[in-house]
Amino acid sequence: MFRMIAIVAGVGLALAGSVEAQTPRKGGTIRMTAPYGSSFTSLDIHTTQRAQDEIYAKALHRSLYIWDSAEGKPVPELAKEVIVSGGGLVQTFKLRDDAYFHNGRKMTADDVIWSYNRIMDGTKAYPGARYVRIIEGAAAVEKGQAKEISGLKKIDDFTIEMKLTEKVDPGFYFFTALTSIYPADEAAKESFIQHPIGLGPFKFVEHVPGSRIVLERWDRFYKPGKPYADRVIVSVMAEAAARDVAFRNKEIDTSVLGPAQYVAYQADPNLKGTIAEVAEVFTRYMGMNPAFKPFADKRVRQAINYAIDTDLIINKLVKGKAYRATSWLPLTSPAYDKAMKPYPYDPAKAKQLLADAGYASGFEFEWTTSQNESWGLPIVSAVIPMLDKVGIKAKVKQVEAAVLSEVVRSGDYQAFIYSQQTGPDPLAALKCFHSSTPQSACNYMNYKNAEFDKIIDDAGQADDTAKRTQLLQKANALLYDEAPVWFFNYNKAVMAVQPWLHGVQLNATELTHQNVEDVWVDETSPAK
Amino acid sequence: MPMLSFLVRRLLQTIPTVLAVVLLVFVLFSVVPGSIVSSMSDDADPQVELRMKKQLGLDDPVYVRFGAYIAKLATGDFGTSFRTREPVTSMIAKRAWPTLQLIFTAMAFSVLLGVPLGFIAALRPGGLVDSAAMVVAVSGLSIAKFWLGLVLMYLFALKLGWLPSFGYGDGGLKYLLLPAVTLGVSPMALFARTTRAAVLEIMTADFVRTARSKGMSETRVVKWHVMRNALVIILTTVGLQFGGLMGQAVVVEKLFSWPGIGSLLVDSVLQRDIPAVQGSILVVVLAFLAINLLIDVLYGVIDPRIRYA
Repeated sequence: MFRMIAIVAGVGLALAGSVEAQTPRKGGTIRMTAPYGSSFTSLDIHTTQRAQDEIYAKALHRSLYIWDSAEGKPVPELAKEVIVSGGGLVQTFKLRDDAYFHNGRKMTADDVIWSYNRIMDGTKAYPGARYVRIIEGAAAVEKGQAKEISGLKKIDDFTIEMKLTEKVDPGFYFFTALTSIYPADEAAKESFIQHPIGLGPFKFVEHVPGSRIVLERWDRFYKPGKPYADRVIVSVMAEAAARDVAFRNKEIDTSVLGPAQYVAYQADPNLKGTIAEVAEVFTRYMGMNPAFKPFADKRVRQAINYAIDTDLIINKLVKGKAYRATSWLPLTSPAYDKAMKPYPYDPAKAKQLLADAGYASGFEFEWTTSQNESWGLPIVSAVIPMLDKVGIKAKVKQVEAAVLSEVVRSGDYQAFIYSQQTGPDPLAALKCFHSSTPQSACNYMNYKNAEFDKIIDDAGQADDTAKRTQLLQKANALLYDEAPVWFFNYNKAVMAVQPWLHGVQLNATELTHQNVEDVWVDETSPAK
Repeated sequence: MPMLSFLVRRLLQTIPTVLAVVLLVFVLFSVVPGSIVSSMSDDADPQVELRMKKQLGLDDPVYVRFGAYIAKLATGDFGTSFRTREPVTSMIAKRAWPTLQLIFTAMAFSVLLGVPLGFIAALRPGGLVDSAAMVVAVSGLSIAKFWLGLVLMYLFALKLGWLPSFGYGDGGLKYLLLPAVTLGVSPMALFARTTRAAVLEIMTADFVRTARSKGMSETRVVKWHVMRNALVIILTTVGLQFGGLMGQAVVVEKLFSWPGIGSLLVDSVLQRDIPAVQGSILVVVLAFLAINLLIDVLYGVIDPRIRYA
């Protein structure tokens, strides 16, 4: 499924890049943009979960696994071989013996162990802790009950044994930059934050806060012949209109497009071919608090799904830059069921369901939202009249994005609108609805359903991939019927790519996150 | 001697102002919802959150935290950023020069263009130049910076290819021009209007009439009597505009990816990096006070009738 979508989405790129089949050219500068804020949060990638920061981190750092966009799954990166034993709970990693940090020192098992122990520091709230917790004994370190993760054992300098708490694919847990491997000796120094050292294909040169990060080729990178480019410049460009001018002026090689630019680029014959798009693993939804009486009734939640003309909002307001959600798991999830159909727009049915639930004359609720243009206030404003038509009144409570995240985790809401990562691991995405998952983790609707729990538990124990997928699809279908949320859309990430830039991957986890060692610029690039 | 005592007195007067700002910002960020922990991780363990707050001293009562902050501030320590774990002074130092470059260039552009424009307009009131100058002035005051910046980018970068559309580059003039002009157009318009009004008023003053009746040439009248007196009003406006420019620079910095204090402040607010927010605001306030102190000193230089009493 993922491959099909990636191929369809990549048509524009393929047409534009007719020289894609050429031998990659060595040299030149890749000029990427970081569009999600007016600066990078930190040069210590362990401390920041913002997509903005991982753009440069993909060039500077490496983790145990890496995301393979073509395959749609994580693959070993710093490990040459992974041996699974102990009924899937023990993973033995044979590490690369040719990976050098940018200070010239070879990576060893000690660096991996040091990095994971650091991430579990219970006084720092490192966001990668959510992944490392899957290792036995990691939670004890986080709680301050142990100094080292008991489930991580160094066998020799290039072999590690990792005991997991659950039978999961560790690739999904250790592929993002949040779990990057740091050099144990250097990273403990204060200077590391100013001059980070990693294992990635490019080494750090310069950071101009609020403007750019410059990186240059690391000649001892372990993949022969890579990276192709000499330099990578990641410019901070938060304003879509400014990116648009810079892209048209050939000053940047990539530009994330918002809804307005998406329409304009599609209509412009000179720019249409530069568009790359992919269904990202993010689901946008309105969460309903079951502690608020009307939302405790499934019929009310279903009525809301019937009452909203979701297609109209996606087409007119989001300008088609989203895919209609048919349940929780997104299009690019390996467990996505293409037979699923979304709730149709049916206000009459919505009214009937409300009447059946005892709310024939409707009710009022408070809807907490941020200002986000794709899944915030503009969407809420469009939905309110639709709900009003069936008798439901919504009062808007507008908060900042940082506050919304706190509201959602604390359960201090009647309803909220949000965008949540729902992949790439479908089991992890659905586990957010398991009754054992705390609200503060990702069970934001405090969902509890014994039947759902059982299906998820069975899926977690299933060794057969087909059987596991079938169970996950069943759980996803159950969620559709239970409607703990209004299923709005899956994000369609759109990026314009200059014709001289090749090797850009349609990364469903986040389109701006590129394995830059595979990206190259041809001689027509103005940056040479 | 009077100058020295004036300076000491003015410096002492700034202390309550600075303390009031520090207190206000401190209290404000103690009560606004959202925290550094929630901005760092979507699913931090509540126990971790508590430990982190304890480590950062966020679980202490507000008055204890404020006391500790003031004590540090007295030694020139602005604290350590929650996010980057860098000293806030070092974060600000990296951003201070680009902000100063931007603000001073914008101010130079606005003064060099706005003041002569206002003068010329006032010397021929009601004429073509006056009408044109006032159209420019009103437009300059009305145009949104964001929109103007985009128009300048489109024209000078995309259409003419003379300047880069964004970025800091090597910090040179070609990168600075567009953001500085974008920032400077509004004060330029204000200077033109203020200068025109001041000059028109002074031109009808008794001492100007006296000078003319003594047979002094019009050039000398303008140079020695009108210009000097108008400068006091212009200087006051310049001082006030510095503060305004610091606030408005946020929009321009973000639009042009210019690495100034404004974007540091905005990002720090969004991420609840309280030490960075407090430090950035304090620096902006101190800069504003320093500029205005300098202008007060200049009053006496321009007009000897103003005494440092």
